Amino acid sequence: MMELIYQMFPLALMMATPLILGALGGLFSERAGIVNIAIDGTMQVGAFLAMVCVLIFEANGWPYAKWVALLVAFIGGAIFISIHAIASIHFKADQTVSGTAVNVLAGGLTIYLCQIMYNGARSTDTISAAQGFAKFNIPFLSDIPVIGRLLFTNVYATTLLAFALIVVSWFVIYKTPFGLRLRSCGEYPQASASMGIDVVKMRWIAELISGGLSGLAGAVLVLTTATFYYSGTVHGLGFVAVATLIFGQWSPWGVLGAGVFFGFAQVLGLYSSSIPLLENLPSEFFSMFPYVITIVALVLFSGRSMAPKASGEIYDAGKR
Amino acid sequence: MKKHSQLKISLVAVGVGFLFAFLVVIVAGRNPLNLLAAIIKSISGFNILRPNEPVTLVNTLNWLKYAVPITLTGLSVGFAYRTGLFNIGGEGQILVGGTAAAAVGLLVDLPPIIHPIVCLVAGALAGAVWGMVPGILKAYRKINEVVICIMMNYIGLYATSWFTRACLPIDPATNARTIDLKETAVLGKVFENVPSLFNWGFLVAIIGIVVFWFIMEKTTFGYSLRATGFNMEGARFAGMKVEKNVALSMMISGAFCGLAGAVLILGEFGYGRIQTSFDNFGFDGISVALVGGSNAIGILLSGLLFGLLKSASSNLQMMNIPKEVSELAQAVIIYLIAIQYVVILLLDKFHGKKDKKLISENTEKGDDQL
Repeated sequence: MMELIYQMFPLALMMATPLILGALGGLFSERAGIVNIAIDGTMQVGAFLAMVCVLIFEANGWPYAKWVALLVAFIGGAIFISIHAIASIHFKADQTVSGTAVNVLAGGLTIYLCQIMYNGARSTDTISAAQGFAKFNIPFLSDIPVIGRLLFTNVYATTLLAFALIVVSWFVIYKTPFGLRLRSCGEYPQASASMGIDVVKMRWIAELISGGLSGLAGAVLVLTTATFYYSGTVHGLGFVAVATLIFGQWSPWGVLGAGVFFGFAQVLGLYSSSIPLLENLPSEFFSMFPYVITIVALVLFSGRSMAPKASGEIYDAGKR
Repeated sequence: MKKHSQLKISLVAVGVGFLFAFLVVIVAGRNPLNLLAAIIKSISGFNILRPNEPVTLVNTLNWLKYAVPITLTGLSVGFAYRTGLFNIGGEGQILVGGTAAAAVGLLVDLPPIIHPIVCLVAGALAGAVWGMVPGILKAYRKINEVVICIMMNYIGLYATSWFTRACLPIDPATNARTIDLKETAVLGKVFENVPSLFNWGFLVAIIGIVVFWFIMEKTTFGYSLRATGFNMEGARFAGMKVEKNVALSMMISGAFCGLAGAVLILGEFGYGRIQTSFDNFGFDGISVALVGGSNAIGILLSGLLFGLLKSASSNLQMMNIPKEVSELAQAVIIYLIAIQYVVILLLDKFHGKKDKKLISENTEKGDDQL
């Protein structure tokens, strides 16, 4: 039994990593008052760019391909989400509609480019497995009994990166003047403006960070679980990231907890047939679990939701 | 700011969307003439690049076949939109509707004609239940319906997959679908000798359009729904039961999507499906409703338009143009509808010179009154 948990835990952390990064992306956006359901599309763009980048580096024999790929996906995601940012910040768009458009665009654009760039294939070429991220044991820490095997064995560098970004996000959002201003823009932007905060600028920064993190999430997903990009690579994980954000009640630590929880639910589905009590449950039950639990959580929290108040509202500086 | 009709904004959006498609094709170094040819062939069956090719009805019927489900999902999104709700849960509602229809078509014995009708009703009811969850949570717990709809999509995906595998007779040859529906339940082809699956399900879409129009424009209930969508607090102040409206609107919206799912299963597939991903008919419904201005005739027209984008994909691939170009056009169209504020501003600027005189006259009049 313990052996099974030792096997499952690193896998759950791997599954959780893109969810955590995507949800963190959504967090910056929503905290600044912009609903971002375009996480899924931005993840697709990030995953596609990461694959293309690694393929180019591999062909030329350049080093550090995957790390550059992460950077490229971050920048690409930030640029891509600008489409959504312009619409929501400047053009008074319905943010859900604009997000939907961006999602449709991402699916079409990435596969369209695949077909142009890779001789009509509906996916990118395949990278050699060695180019992706590999799991490793952290020296010394992995020797700690129990915890070492759970947390520090078979980990991916990207998981550690995600944890680090959680801490950084928490610090930035809750402990810096910038974070306070950012949050105020999501709660009552007119009041922020009256205190001299540039709401437009704050929201742009938030959106760019949001797009970058979502793009990073896509890159991490594709470089830890696949060797090529196709239309099913992200398969709606961006929407699970939205669920992670909500279940995590719009806070970095909540996102961490929710992400690991959802990651574990997915792994449980893979392992359920070998666990005595769960073997008779259909695997769909575990796939469904994150979504059901998010609805339950929303119903339970509905009276005192932590959702940013102005999220999704069109910013009208003249409104009181 | 001058008021522009929804029609004008939609036409601009569609026009720019198609222009963008041509641009993308040119940038990629492919022949834009092929794109035009693929579109014309998908409408009429006539290939302008090969005029000697025999013209058949297949292309036109396939176009109409694709238009049926997305017109229904368009009605679904439009119905909710008029009540001020965003039904992005179409995918899940289609899946449960289709699965319910398949269950009735497999497990129940009924005479022909009555059987498909009962299947359709089952599909509509299942869709309504799926729409009811976000509707009730929105109405009575003030929870954002968009989020619940997204969750319900995925719950629907896995729930129908489980239900189909556990409760319906599975085809042993493939293990990936049910056995064929009973013959009495299937919606037959309209033109038996044309190799297109265009079926009698199109009547459902037409009835749906009439029902949508009648409820929205001709009944007190429809009026109070529109009032709720226009200004929720105002409607409440006027004594309308806002909560009930919101819940019912989402249910009816879900029923339209359930019907779309049922028509797909009864008319096109003829068996229950085990799906691992969405077919995007629900998301297409969003484009259809937005471009159609959420009214019955508009949805019919934009349903035909987006049906064309979908049915053109095989002709596009055949003419060496990635079929995703239609998704790109669709994305641009939705985006322009989202930023219609700017579209209106630009239209104003465009008309500005013509109207300047009129405006200055009006201002002078205003000055007089002061």
